[in-house]
Amino acid sequence: MSNIDAHRSPAEPDAPATTPLLEVRNFSLRFRGQSRDVVSGIDLRVSAGEILCIVGESGCGKSVTAMALMGLLPPDAAEIPSGSMVFEQTSYDLTRQVLPARLRGDRMAMIFQEPMTSLNPAFRIGDQIAEAVMQHTDCTKAEAMQRAGDMLEQVGIPAPRQRLREYPHQLSGGMRQRVMIAMALVNDPALLIADEPTTALDVTIQAQILDLIRDLQARRNMGTVMITHDLGVVAELATTVAVMYGGQIVERGPVSQVFDDPQHPYTIGLMSSVPKLTGPRTRLTTVPGTVPSIADMPQGCRFQSRCPFATQDCNTVPAMRDMGADHEVACHYAPLDSNISVVA
Amino acid sequence: MSNDTILAAHGLVRHFNVGGGLLQNPTVVRAVDGIDLTIKRGETFAIVGESGCGKSTLARLLMRLLTPTRGEVVFDGRDISGVDGKALTDLRRDMQFIFQDPFSSLNPRLTVGKLVGEPLEVHAPDLTRAQRRDRVAGLLEQVGLKPEHADRYPHEFSGGQRQRIGIARALASGPKLIIGDEPVSALDVSVQAQVINLLSDLGRDLDLTLVIIAHDLAVIRHMSDRVAVMYLGQIVESGTADEVFESPRHPYTRALLDAIPEPRHSETPREQTVLGEMPSPSAPPPGCRFHTRCPFAQDNCRTDVPRLEDDADEHAVACHHWRAIAAAQAVPERTAKPRSSGSASRFALYRAAADGAPLTYKTAAATSPTPTKD
Repeated sequence: MSNIDAHRSPAEPDAPATTPLLEVRNFSLRFRGQSRDVVSGIDLRVSAGEILCIVGESGCGKSVTAMALMGLLPPDAAEIPSGSMVFEQTSYDLTRQVLPARLRGDRMAMIFQEPMTSLNPAFRIGDQIAEAVMQHTDCTKAEAMQRAGDMLEQVGIPAPRQRLREYPHQLSGGMRQRVMIAMALVNDPALLIADEPTTALDVTIQAQILDLIRDLQARRNMGTVMITHDLGVVAELATTVAVMYGGQIVERGPVSQVFDDPQHPYTIGLMSSVPKLTGPRTRLTTVPGTVPSIADMPQGCRFQSRCPFATQDCNTVPAMRDMGADHEVACHYAPLDSNISVVA
Repeated sequence: MSNDTILAAHGLVRHFNVGGGLLQNPTVVRAVDGIDLTIKRGETFAIVGESGCGKSTLARLLMRLLTPTRGEVVFDGRDISGVDGKALTDLRRDMQFIFQDPFSSLNPRLTVGKLVGEPLEVHAPDLTRAQRRDRVAGLLEQVGLKPEHADRYPHEFSGGQRQRIGIARALASGPKLIIGDEPVSALDVSVQAQVINLLSDLGRDLDLTLVIIAHDLAVIRHMSDRVAVMYLGQIVESGTADEVFESPRHPYTRALLDAIPEPRHSETPREQTVLGEMPSPSAPPPGCRFHTRCPFAQDNCRTDVPRLEDDADEHAVACHHWRAIAAAQAVPERTAKPRSSGSASRFALYRAAADGAPLTYKTAAATSPTPTKD
């Protein structure tokens, strides 16, 4: 892999708007010892300044996708049968499962769900952030600590210089998540991957962290991939949305399109399932059943076992269909309202 | 006490001592610090608050899983705060609990039949084994499981199904009241909706009183008749769900509602984000406990404790200035943007199909049976 040495410099002019920051093609992932893919041939695109939200329920493959893009999946646990990635105009073969360590924590960084388990409890916060700096930059410990302090200030931690000497357990959940964000952003990454960053937090703290992420990402013109199960977070933060079910992307488009004009039965079912804060309190329409295990996933459209519209045609894999306005859906019957009707 | 009150708390206080030792005084955590509430027979009552506000402690006090430091809990006209022994066993028949985590609250070594049948062994010892098996089968069907599931173990079930097992177990003794501590928060959205529907069906069909502890306001609005909002061990606002959600009075309730990201796309961002974090319940601020985070706090909020004051509509709020705040800054109206006609008809179609309506497919290929087995 000689191309991984392609050089970069911070002064590099911005790429033209047409070239995405990150493009993933035909990415599949399989756990060793299993016969079916947990992620099956997905494509992702993120441009600078864009927030792509990948939304789906437990087991849909959204978190393993994020881990694989960061090169964090141990090759003895998972294999990648297919997939390639272009990041900052350099292409990488994901199937080889060796991403250069210098990308991680530098050009691409990640925030995890549980800030308590992802910070090392035995080291001071300042040391942990400074380590991330020194890993990728040739500088002294004092300079690294200086940057760590500046970064804590940017993420809104009060008295940042004193906090540098504290341990993770001395901070609240919201503050720990701010430390995680500071650590991720200290090397000024072009791409931020955030895996359920607010799920463990209370709503008022979640609102603060979402504001912080939105603010930092706009100021730094980062591309962001946000993994979440919360449609509210998606509506609030996303530029584009990809809805995943059973390891496949079933619908994708700009956030306004996906929320105002959802096309896939799963997206519609998911949106119907969420209790609302406005409108009449009617019985919730649900998605019947539960997600099958990977081994029991149906062939063809993987949602067919829970889809109220499924027919035998759904045994063939539906292709992504263009619905206009950059909105795509993988359903044989899209648009549902013109192809299916209720017998009067 | 009027006959339609099933459960009431009067001046309920529970403090925990943390730490301390030979030479050091323990820290007192004021988890529940002076709560009065009444729960009416047959209603669904919700207690909402963020982590650390004392809502789970309150649930355990109401259930007599904890004894109060001060105050009393009255269930069906009887003070239960000190009951034990046989009286406590009898109480458990009438009052049951649904736990948050369906993974850790079921014994992995027992079959589902044993798990659901266990309360029957205690509360209905006269049943023969065959009768008990029939009752278990009936309970499993009632919560949407199959009688044959009785022979399986909890690990064979998904989270939503396990929560149904927990519900069947709670129903087994034929309780009058069920307290659920975050009963749906560990579940995925689509499964959560199924369990919410199940709980409201059961509440209606069995004439149950439900007390739901939760942090998700949308879930609470959907499920409950009346709501109490807790902050740092105290109730700051209570009233009917419609009242509290449509015209919240306490700045904390308003902030909570404002903080929720709505699953609808809109161009207008939140108006304000509440500042800071909840102080420690071991050192609650003097005066109004919310004043450290309240954007409307005045001088007297720092010193005078506001009382929870009822109005004619039973909408109570503990805030010195709620009238002035409401006059100065109206609660922003949350109106759902109407969906486009195509999307509205798609939602209606989905609802009909999910309810089992017969469908016709316009695409010719779609109606013809073309098996494509691979």
